[in-house]
Amino acid sequence: MPRNPSLDNSPNLDEWIVFEDDGRVTVRSGKVDIGQHVSTAVATIAAEELDIEPACIDVPIAITGIAPNEGITSGSMSMETSGEAVRRAAATAKRHLLGLAAAALDAEISTLEVNDGLVRVADSNKTISYWELMSGKAFEIEVDEDIDLKSPDQFKYMGVKTVAKEMRDIVTGGHMFVHDMVWPDMLHARLVRPPHYWAKLKSIDEGAGERLADQGLELVVNGSFIAVAGSDEWTAVKAAERLANDVSWNMGDGLKSQDVFDSLLSNRREAFPVVGGVPQEQDVPPLGNPPADARLTLAAHYERPYTMHGSIAPSSAAAIFEDGKLTVWTHSQGIYLLRISMSDALQMEPADITLHHALGSGCYGHNGADDVALDAALVARQIPGRHILVKWTRDDEHAWEPYSPAMAMRLRASLGDDGQVIEWSHETYSDTHIMRPRPGANRAGAARLLAMRMVENPLDAPVAEPAMGFHIGIHRNLDPLYDFPERRLIKNLVRDLPLRTSAMRTLGAYSNVFAIESFMDELAEAAGADPVEFRLSHLSDERGRDCIEAAAKALRGGAEEPPEGRGWGFGFARYKNVQAYAAVGIELEVTDAAEVKLHRAVIAADAGQVVDPDGLSAQMEGGLIQAASWALYEEVTFDQDGITSRDWDTYPIMRFDNVPDIEVILMQRPNAPFLGAGEASSGPAGAAIANAIYNVAGIRMRRLPLTPDAIRSAAMA
Amino acid sequence: MAAYTLRVNGEAHDLDTDPAKPLVYVLRGELGLTGPKIGCALEQCAACAVLVDGEHTLSCNRAASEFEGTEITTIEGLAEDAIGARIQDAFMAENAAQCGYCTPGIIVAVASLLKSNPGPSDGDISEALADHLCRCGSHNRVLRAVRNAISGGQADAA
Ligand code: FES
Ligand code: FES
Repeated sequence: MPRNPSLDNSPNLDEWIVFEDDGRVTVRSGKVDIGQHVSTAVATIAAEELDIEPACIDVPIAITGIAPNEGITSGSMSMETSGEAVRRAAATAKRHLLGLAAAALDAEISTLEVNDGLVRVADSNKTISYWELMSGKAFEIEVDEDIDLKSPDQFKYMGVKTVAKEMRDIVTGGHMFVHDMVWPDMLHARLVRPPHYWAKLKSIDEGAGERLADQGLELVVNGSFIAVAGSDEWTAVKAAERLANDVSWNMGDGLKSQDVFDSLLSNRREAFPVVGGVPQEQDVPPLGNPPADARLTLAAHYERPYTMHGSIAPSSAAAIFEDGKLTVWTHSQGIYLLRISMSDALQMEPADITLHHALGSGCYGHNGADDVALDAALVARQIPGRHILVKWTRDDEHAWEPYSPAMAMRLRASLGDDGQVIEWSHETYSDTHIMRPRPGANRAGAARLLAMRMVENPLDAPVAEPAMGFHIGIHRNLDPLYDFPERRLIKNLVRDLPLRTSAMRTLGAYSNVFAIESFMDELAEAAGADPVEFRLSHLSDERGRDCIEAAAKALRGGAEEPPEGRGWGFGFARYKNVQAYAAVGIELEVTDAAEVKLHRAVIAADAGQVVDPDGLSAQMEGGLIQAASWALYEEVTFDQDGITSRDWDTYPIMRFDNVPDIEVILMQRPNAPFLGAGEASSGPAGAAIANAIYNVAGIRMRRLPLTPDAIRSAAMA
Repeated sequence: MAAYTLRVNGEAHDLDTDPAKPLVYVLRGELGLTGPKIGCALEQCAACAVLVDGEHTLSCNRAASEFEGTEITTIEGLAEDAIGARIQDAFMAENAAQCGYCTPGIIVAVASLLKSNPGPSDGDISEALADHLCRCGSHNRVLRAVRNAISGGQADAA
């Protein structure tokens, strides 16, 4: 079994678990809670192995230098690495404590039982608590990665619905986001951004600085990075809006505005064949003629535009620069990597920078969180000794966050005489999905932070290296889980595309699965097969089959046909081919106005041993709703002068009036390893919607989003 | 600067601010009530919703001074109110939030609905929440929590 990377970085038990003097336990996780209640699941896991009430366990917010260095909270890996690490740490702690208790109580370990942290010698009144045993001491041992864990029949807390710890604060308005932080000396700062990536500051109207000073506001100008700061938030907001009119810009060449789907296929690119989920440094095999024994061959081309994370709270960070040291409060998903990247950007020693994780709204990947942390630091350095709280505006967020790249997928498959796939080719074209700040060649960590393009002596926009790992970025879920005999899978990293891109929930998997699962329906129809049966006939993976069958049964409920006027569609994938499985079924209608109305959704998921069933269902539901929103509504638009989708009117997302009823079916897999699940339902959901539209309206939609305009024009074509 | 008085969560506050300063900045800044959130400041997301004389109102654009003479209730004040507290409990029981940034506005909208209509239909509920954006996809849980709050209220009344 591969080593747990979190335990490799932080092997000492004391880094994970501390028994506090006040009768509580601190469990540290370097993962940050990004609105998925991960800390509740972490507390549940620790409680289970320790035999302590979950309510006694605190999972504090991560701070660099104190929390275990667990890298980035992403890719649904929180439970697979952090959860498994905490589970082993807790079990190691319990074994150690039982050893101490046996000595203290003068009893055999086998005679000891534990209830909520109290150790008792069976059938006696001899007891001692964990806290008495530790009495402020450290463990001074390493976590035993191979330690025996509880079996599911011993579980008390895992697998039971819990209410997340922060819910009381959330519903009463007391949940503190970084946006809500206050210090007595704090200044609010707002930025004045250029019109687009390539514009440079030409001049600022002469009177502007004086006008700001008259209002008690500070102006920060560093190259083309401009900010206004003042003690009153509204005054700073208004001043920044006014200042924007007082600034003129050299526009440069503007954004490349030709059709991005043309550019995806025609621009220079690096291409790699992908085998077993891993790109190969080899020539790309040409797409030959279909096999001689092919009964029929289909080809189709699927597309997805640029989309955005669209966090409901614009990104924000606080910072103070004092005595040569910088302290930052950030909702970044990776505070250690951000610290190193910021130290390069600011030319400071990492030891002089402390990052505290603070809450942001849901981020769904690499949004503006890291960028705004550097923005806050840049302002703080110009105005030392005071806390600076920077908030992006809605316009900043929509126009500057790193988007999910536009993608094109070209598929071709042949069926043999028995209606089975005998050859499969899938080429994916995309810009990078991997631009989180992390140290690398050409000062990559610094260059990936937005403001470094704007400051004096700017860094060039970073150039992505092709990601060559297992199911990363563009080729995530490029390899279908089906038993196809011949598969030609090609990843194309396309250069010179117009917009800044990085990691968004599922990376390339959403688009690849949208393409694969749409194409499976097209092939099923060509083969004259039922779409569910067609998938099953190509899938020997039992756990996958179980999910597909469960979803089909739940959606169809014994009926042969959907209700009048409605369509059914399915989609399936196993995330990265090694994480959670999800099969999604959708029932929808297409109205006379060509609007897609979602009625029902079912998700059958297998995420291994379930720790927190309600939390897992919530992630499945959330992933489906967001994926439906991408599919139906979302597209970043732009022209030469800049981004044109700069608010919620020009970039609409899912609303309450179109969310379907969702049924989540969780497969019971006692003691199977935890499988990351936060992203499993999204890809299948996108395809299931397109397939259901075809089912009811006979219109095959191959380019997202599936807007009324798009559906009408596809119907005419 | 202009002097005016706002009544918020049952208490009167004498204020002296730029008369154009929108209500949400006064609530969050001058009064320290950070439950109402700023998501867009464009009246497009409803994260900033509060109750004004019981009516669902967006607070990010309209000047605070306009609200003199009204009774303003924020998410913080709802816990003191029987309907508000019932809704909050129902949201907790359903884990009807992920990050929770949209939640205060949504709970305020539900409170406004249930105060005027104790037995709303599903259509009424989605209409009441039509302006509210949630990016985490908590919608189904929110709708479940609202239905539970309604049936809880009807059980109480029976
Ligand atoms: S902040 Fe008021 S509607 Fe978005
Ligand atoms: S719970 Fe995160 S935006 Fe609604």
